[in-house]
Amino acid sequence: MNMGRTLSNPATVATEPPQRRPRVNIARWLSMAAMWLAALFLLLPILVIVPLSFGDQRYLSFPDGAWSLRHYLTLLDGAWLSSILQSLGLAVVVGLLSTALSFLFATGIWLEARYRVALTLIVLLPMIVPQVVSAMSIYYLGASVKQLDSLIGVGFGHLMMALPYSLIAMLVAYSRLDSSLYKASRSLGAGLGSTIVQVLMPNVRGGLAGSFFMAFIMSWEEVVVTLFTSGLNVITLPKRIWDGLRYNLDPAIAAVSTLMVLITLVVLLVRMYRHDRNASPGG
Amino acid sequence: MRISFHGTLRIYALLILPLPLLIVVGYLLPTAGVLGWSLSLPQPGLQNYATILDTPSIHSVIWRTLRICLLTTAISVAIAYLIAFRWRFASARGRMLIELFVLLPFWLSMLIRAFAWLVLLRNDGLVNQSLLTLGLLDEPLALVRNELGALIGMVHFMVPYAVLPLLSSMGQVDDSLLRASSSLGAGRWETLRNVFFPLTLPGVAAAMATVFVFSLGCFVTPALLGGGKAAMLAESIYIQMFQLSNWGLGAALSIVLMAMVAVCAVVFVKLVGVGRFTGRQA
Repeated sequence: MNMGRTLSNPATVATEPPQRRPRVNIARWLSMAAMWLAALFLLLPILVIVPLSFGDQRYLSFPDGAWSLRHYLTLLDGAWLSSILQSLGLAVVVGLLSTALSFLFATGIWLEARYRVALTLIVLLPMIVPQVVSAMSIYYLGASVKQLDSLIGVGFGHLMMALPYSLIAMLVAYSRLDSSLYKASRSLGAGLGSTIVQVLMPNVRGGLAGSFFMAFIMSWEEVVVTLFTSGLNVITLPKRIWDGLRYNLDPAIAAVSTLMVLITLVVLLVRMYRHDRNASPGG
Repeated sequence: MRISFHGTLRIYALLILPLPLLIVVGYLLPTAGVLGWSLSLPQPGLQNYATILDTPSIHSVIWRTLRICLLTTAISVAIAYLIAFRWRFASARGRMLIELFVLLPFWLSMLIRAFAWLVLLRNDGLVNQSLLTLGLLDEPLALVRNELGALIGMVHFMVPYAVLPLLSSMGQVDDSLLRASSSLGAGRWETLRNVFFPLTLPGVAAAMATVFVFSLGCFVTPALLGGGKAAMLAESIYIQMFQLSNWGLGAALSIVLMAMVAVCAVVFVKLVGVGRFTGRQA
């Protein structure tokens, strides 16, 4: 990252008389070194998982000569696969519901700003309250309406946890929208409904996508509420990983984790690349 | 924009109200129910709260929670400041690389990160094995399934949360202020200490508040890496509920935890003021 600058120094020194005494900046190098140590602290532990997932033993081990895909094959058999599918299904449904509800609400307070702070704060509460307390509340609800350890009960809990994040994505999208769009559409004779569907919705489609993405991730990764409200019927992927970590280190977790690291990395790189391309024409 | 009274009603009924109503019914009322449990199980009264006040083992859980959270806050904000600082003065490519290092763990499930630390730190884990092979140790260090393990995992979990507010606050520091400072004769260190650092303080405060409040309610990471020996408040709620079936006490502990978070939030807003987060200078 600073290579360019460092490498160009000798050239400048050679071609023209040095205007300033070249300083070896020890503090700067120390802080760079410390920063990279910190960065490695963040990343290295995660990368250690990758070789473990190719171990050829029944227990968790580094591949000793022979690399094997057996832990990946474990993921395809009954228990793990059904957890993965259960989590995917929940995440899609929660994502859609959460996006729809946040879209309606964000559209409403964009049109009519009274009480918006108080109402928004209510919706953001599940994000501010500690997760364990939220899990207790959802457990209370599930116990009251006899929906503990059911997909509906767990899914509802996921929805409560996902809504604040979904809403934030929607609010950000609406904060960039010019209110004259609404006036123009209405004054040209469109009703409220068709204005929302045909004018506002296309203009906040980025927010809709972001909203779905956030809710999907929140549900996909949700652990605490799931632990409180599920038992033997509903075993989402995080719940299965939790069980595997609690009692022994199941090597299938290494395979799942490696896949998740890979997917996350690809999504991040694509987002950065697109962001970079979008940003470059402007300067 | 002018919307008729009738239109306003429709907007409220169809667009605005469904979501807050759902939260009130599906979340706030059950939370009130938890408060109810804490006051009524096993019998009506304040005895659950009395138990919390009287039981030394619960006190030690609360003190341990505060201790680990304070340490986590201090260490992760320090690490995050360093990362954000180098990001602020890095080239475009350097910035992207740093962001990647921070965002990859940020988006990964906390379970996966706890798994990684278990693999590294357990008795026959990578760190102990390497140290034993090198002859630096005679017997493995207890690095995990204790308070140290919980702390390491929490710091790893929290650094990205601390980096994000710091990035935005450092990104707002105007280059021309730094140039002005150095053209007026301040050295690099003086500029950093007297100009740059004070301007990033709101970001530091935001990072500390975020990390501390998040840590208070942390459950998964300390439960897995603390290994039951270093139970924090959140884990002890789980234990009361599902291992000891002591719903009343579990509910009372949740209310205490919620109160602690609320107090922290209020203190923080009073100390720092919300206005400083809108990016305006006071």
